[in-house]
Amino acid sequence: MNRRFLRRAYSNLMVALMVGAVAAALLPLVFILATLVLKGAGSLSLAFFTQTPAPAGETGGGVVHAIVGTLLIVGTASLIGLPIGIAAGIYCAEYPGSRLTWVTRFVADVLNGTPSIVVGVFAWAWIVATQKHFSGLAGSAALAMLMIPMVLRTTEEMIKLVPNSLREAALALGYPRWRTSLTIVVRTTLPGIVTGSLLAVARVAGETAPLLFTALGSQYLSYNLNQPMAALPLTVFTYATGPYEEWHQYAWASALVLILVVFVLSLGARLAIRRRFDFNG
Amino acid sequence: MTALSEREATSPPTAAPEPAPSLERRAYGDQVFRLVLMLAAAAIPVLLAFLVLELWGGARLAIGKFGLDFVTTSVWDPVAEEFGAFPLVFGTLVSSLIALLIAVPLSLGVAIYLTEFAPKAVRQPVAFLISLLAAIPSVVYGLWGIFVLIPALRKSVFPLLRDTFGFLPLFQGAIYGPSMLAAGIILSIMVMPYVMSVSREVLMAVPNTQREASLALGATRWEAVITTVVPYARSGIIGAVILGLGRALGETMAVTMLIGNRHEVAASLFAPGYTMAAAIANEFSEAVGDMHLSALAYVAFLLFVVTVLVNAGARLLIWRVARGSGAGSKAL
Repeated sequence: MNRRFLRRAYSNLMVALMVGAVAAALLPLVFILATLVLKGAGSLSLAFFTQTPAPAGETGGGVVHAIVGTLLIVGTASLIGLPIGIAAGIYCAEYPGSRLTWVTRFVADVLNGTPSIVVGVFAWAWIVATQKHFSGLAGSAALAMLMIPMVLRTTEEMIKLVPNSLREAALALGYPRWRTSLTIVVRTTLPGIVTGSLLAVARVAGETAPLLFTALGSQYLSYNLNQPMAALPLTVFTYATGPYEEWHQYAWASALVLILVVFVLSLGARLAIRRRFDFNG
Repeated sequence: MTALSEREATSPPTAAPEPAPSLERRAYGDQVFRLVLMLAAAAIPVLLAFLVLELWGGARLAIGKFGLDFVTTSVWDPVAEEFGAFPLVFGTLVSSLIALLIAVPLSLGVAIYLTEFAPKAVRQPVAFLISLLAAIPSVVYGLWGIFVLIPALRKSVFPLLRDTFGFLPLFQGAIYGPSMLAAGIILSIMVMPYVMSVSREVLMAVPNTQREASLALGATRWEAVITTVVPYARSGIIGAVILGLGRALGETMAVTMLIGNRHEVAASLFAPGYTMAAAIANEFSEAVGDMHLSALAYVAFLLFVVTVLVNAGARLLIWRVARGSGAGSKAL
């Protein structure tokens, strides 16, 4: 009787400890988001989104150069990375028996685990070192390389959810394979593929390491992808590690904008996936 | 294309006068379709080969000069062009180890609670909130670390640690703020969502019959978890931990901003250090000498090889549990 009581008490104690672990895990999230809003929201103004930075030591100005830079770099990266990733994902899902599928899937897993800084060194050696100058395009290439394996895997997983009966129905109606794939299989999984793509865009939008020695960063508003270019994560990094108090203000505000962009993208993606098709019925 | 689709959709099969050319065209379309997809799929192994080649090419100079001694020597002198990466390797391992020591118990606690104990209504929201931690960019962690975490650690946590555990060499010496321990703590927050979500998936793959059998034998709920569910999922959980290790090893920005960036090996966790990724991030764009660049590329190459090995091991372990459970449920 006594022993049984002790065992139950021990069980309850462990559950209490685990609830504590949940609280401890959620604490940093609340803490980080709260500080971001408290320290960053005050500096958000119209000027922050429309002007380039004021000279060091002066107040005012903004980070429009970094916002434009992030949009251009991430946009270009998506134009390169998403089509390749999605097409390769469709290949892996539609031709599961082929040897290329096995190799591609394995390599995608390897690339998924590769530190982004290593991909940055690769993009530097491949593009910057041969062109002899830093450029936004090199940054886009690095980000695209990070996106491809992520998009590939989500696309493949999504397509695998499509039941074979749908495919067979289309083929029985006389559809050729390519039209079955595109108008039946891909069409059904489109929300899933969009979700995967949005998540990948959100992930790389916050990446700093691969841009350090590819896009490099700059103080000026530039639309030329062939030149060094600013980006929001780079701005956060330079301003956070700089010596001036105004810079730290910029850093907090830029970080707030960055995290809003990332969260909106990934929350949107998750909401889209919530209405995921359920074929089991 | 639209004309074709209309004809196919409207004309009944019996009314098709000449089936042969259309079939041919179909086969042709299939081949083109497959070829295009194949090109995209083949681009990925080609990219990886390219990456390995470029890293190797960049590092060749340093590999030729220093060989494997590179990882055991500690000189880092860009002027004399003498490079040894031991402090970087040491810092990478120590900071990742600290991260795992903190993150693993926490994330396992959360994962077990969410799969085994939590009310249904709580599970999804908590898992979602913790996954948000993974969405926060690394540089934002660094910013928060510099201005919030480090001041807090320097003011209260580090002195407390020094007073209570000061007899250990780990907690002696001057307190600067930027340090190995600060980097380890921020890494633990960043790694936690990955370890949590993978071990949660692994635990969910444990068949319910295992739990029921254990409870039927009279175990308390905790005993059922610790004697039955966790051992069943063990290799998958180890895989999740190793996956977290892979993340920690390659994490760059937050660590660069918090670790103090000094090429030194110190016993104290309060002392600044350096990691492989941080050294590349800090020095690459400012390196001028060919040998300096090459040494950094060598560091990147080593980092790449290590993370590939770590990740491959992790996937193998996770795959074992996930597949085992699939086979088990089919047998029933």
